Amino acid sequence: MSVSDLRGRFEGLFERDVTLVLAVLGVLYLAYILAGVAFGYGLRGQLNAIANLTFYVGVFGMLALALNLHWGYTGLFNIGIVGFMGIGIYTTAVVSKPAAAGGAAQVGGLGLPLFVGITAGVVVAGLFGLLVALPALRLRADYLAIVTVAFSEIIRFTMMSRTFQTFTVPDTIDLWLFSFDPAPDTIGLGGGGGLILNYTNPLEALLRILFLWDPYLGFVSFVEENVISNNPKPVLDGLLYGVFLLIGVGLYYALLSRTGKSPFGRVLKAIREDEDVANALGKDTDRFKLTAFVLGAALMGLGGILWYSARGSVTPPSFRPNITFFIWIALIIGGAGSNTGSFLGGALFAGVLYQGPRYVKNLVQTAFELGSAPRNFGEAMAGFASLDPMPFILYTLDSVSQLRLVIMGVVLIWLMHNRPEGLLGHRKETASSVDLARPRSGGSSGKATAADGGDER
Amino acid sequence: MSVSETYVRYRQTLSEEPLAIGVLLVALWMAWSLVSGLLTGGIQISSLASLVWDGLLRGLIIGLAGIGLSMTYSILNFANFAHGDYLTSGAFAGMATSYLIAGIGENSVGALLLVGAGGSVFGGALGIGVTTAPVAVVVGALVAGVATIALALLIDRFVYRPIRDESGIALLITSIGVAFALRYLLQFVFGAGVRGTTAAGSVPRVSVPAIDGTFRVTAHDVSLIVVAGGLMLGVHLLLQRTKLGKAMRAMSDNEDLARITGIPTERVIRTTWIVGAGLTGVAGYMFILWKGTLGFNDGWLLLLLVFAAVILGGIGSIYGAIGGGIIIGLTASVSVIWIPSAFGRAAAFLVMIVILLFKPEGIFSGRTTA
Repeated sequence: MSVSDLRGRFEGLFERDVTLVLAVLGVLYLAYILAGVAFGYGLRGQLNAIANLTFYVGVFGMLALALNLHWGYTGLFNIGIVGFMGIGIYTTAVVSKPAAAGGAAQVGGLGLPLFVGITAGVVVAGLFGLLVALPALRLRADYLAIVTVAFSEIIRFTMMSRTFQTFTVPDTIDLWLFSFDPAPDTIGLGGGGGLILNYTNPLEALLRILFLWDPYLGFVSFVEENVISNNPKPVLDGLLYGVFLLIGVGLYYALLSRTGKSPFGRVLKAIREDEDVANALGKDTDRFKLTAFVLGAALMGLGGILWYSARGSVTPPSFRPNITFFIWIALIIGGAGSNTGSFLGGALFAGVLYQGPRYVKNLVQTAFELGSAPRNFGEAMAGFASLDPMPFILYTLDSVSQLRLVIMGVVLIWLMHNRPEGLLGHRKETASSVDLARPRSGGSSGKATAADGGDER
Repeated sequence: MSVSETYVRYRQTLSEEPLAIGVLLVALWMAWSLVSGLLTGGIQISSLASLVWDGLLRGLIIGLAGIGLSMTYSILNFANFAHGDYLTSGAFAGMATSYLIAGIGENSVGALLLVGAGGSVFGGALGIGVTTAPVAVVVGALVAGVATIALALLIDRFVYRPIRDESGIALLITSIGVAFALRYLLQFVFGAGVRGTTAAGSVPRVSVPAIDGTFRVTAHDVSLIVVAGGLMLGVHLLLQRTKLGKAMRAMSDNEDLARITGIPTERVIRTTWIVGAGLTGVAGYMFILWKGTLGFNDGWLLLLLVFAAVILGGIGSIYGAIGGGIIIGLTASVSVIWIPSAFGRAAAFLVMIVILLFKPEGIFSGRTTA
């Protein structure tokens, strides 16, 4: 009775979570579609917007989940996320880029298959996590924060520096007994210009592995003939990639939920609550923290790979600390400590704060024939002299990509004032494996009533 | 001590502190390559002197900005990630004033107040400089300080004060929100472009002879030293000679105890913001005057170095902030002797990380807010 009751309650919880996630995503997508319809977007534009939204929901959801392992479970204040993301994608690029034959303008790579590159990227991000964590985990939370953000900046300086821009690989390498001819002539990080990701498109690589590439091409030409006539492939690619990202989020979620519920995860939560107690109970907390940090860093590396691998190129300025803070805002919106909350936070952040303002701007610009915006704030304010707010509105609309960061800042402040635990933070999982909540019936528990004579209601 | 005892001790150190040995070896290698470079002429003494001079000035700016950060860090117990954007705000406020004073009458007030956003006015054309427009510069520096104080008090009233009792981490996260909002509002108003602010060509300069050449000292270098030195001395006197310093030390030790003893903690916090933000604003202005360009990202880019300086010197110690600032500034500038110049700041961060590992309480530890 009680076991099935418990199972029923768990299933209820699961169902609630699923409905919650679906409801939030549904509202988000519906809002995008309705807004698109209202402002007269064509089908292609509509699908493009959906693909974009799905992409950002996917990547922010994943990265917020990975951060939840660090901060929500273990209490490690890591603000060097973007460094691990950069390491991931740069390693993938170096490993998987085709070997550049001599004289090519771009530096080459090792030319290995993409899945090798992705694996290498994840592993190297994890190794760098180890490198950072080994010394830094002894530090106080705020010191760890500063060390990790400094680390991510060092990574960015390394990507930008001319020292690592390109190395020439000798034609033959002699190793004591045997010599071999490495395929690449040049290899490197590309410096300020970044790297062109001229390996097989990851979507194509994945579909080829699944033997779905030819059916997919057939589907694309079907759509081209019947639904969208002007080159639908990029849009469909985007949509499909978004679907794969959402599957990836599901895998992250499953992995982290399992981790959180495992004995390992319970120790992590105990460390978050009180490291000394966990230590006193005989747990080697340093080891646990190290493992959690490395795992999280590897997941962040994978997040970075999935974010950038489908782009044509990566450049160092993409890896400024701002992205780290975006992911933090996403996690805080959702509520640290809850995996469902982390994903919801990522989705809401992506849909409302990250993509929302830009989408509104695009909609308004397609719907109305607006003149060109003033070039600077002075010209925008000059309109007010003749009681014409139009220049100011145009300028605001034009600078929406900066203003959304102002909005994010204000939202973050508001959240810290009014709801520091986030949307689902009240569901923060406890370190205990049994339910610590008091029974609902107040003072007398179920057993006591049974002893009274089983007078059940 | 017998030889064998010494040997055993070294063996112990070697096995227990592999990292320390590594750092020591790196330091020895650096010293050796510097000395051999100087002896063989690979490194010119004059270029070394000019790097040291540059690092010293950079360090003074970092130190001046660090005092404010260090004070709020120790009294309010949180790392203020918006500090760099206070610096930028002060710089913009001060430069707008300087532009207005130097260029009023010939240019539109709006363009001047926006510090020439979008290339409408150029600082060089206005002749901004300590010798060419002394009044504009002095008033600009004062306004930078005052405006930053006003901004810091306003933000404290509406952002930090309602959550004063929260943990340091909650306040840190909040300050990230403040930093975002401030930085991108500045970009919204003043534009994203980096503008030249001074008449770089007409700043008087002298060439100081070093052994095998000369290095350059400009009027802005000297004014930076005068202002930074004067303010540091002023803060020293303020904290040593008045009750404020004692109250601040008491508060950073134990806030509840301080309140019980009758210290008006809110007033001390306000004074802390006033002193810290004033110094930060002036530091921002002098930084811009010295380097001659101004962009909305400048303070944020400096912030991590300021953090490095404050942690290096020990949180809460103003001498620590100054000393740490000079060490960090020198590291960032002089390190290009050994490593590619792209890694100057990375070297400063590494110094900070090394200090955090070996002496997390900072090298001037044990003294707070004095």
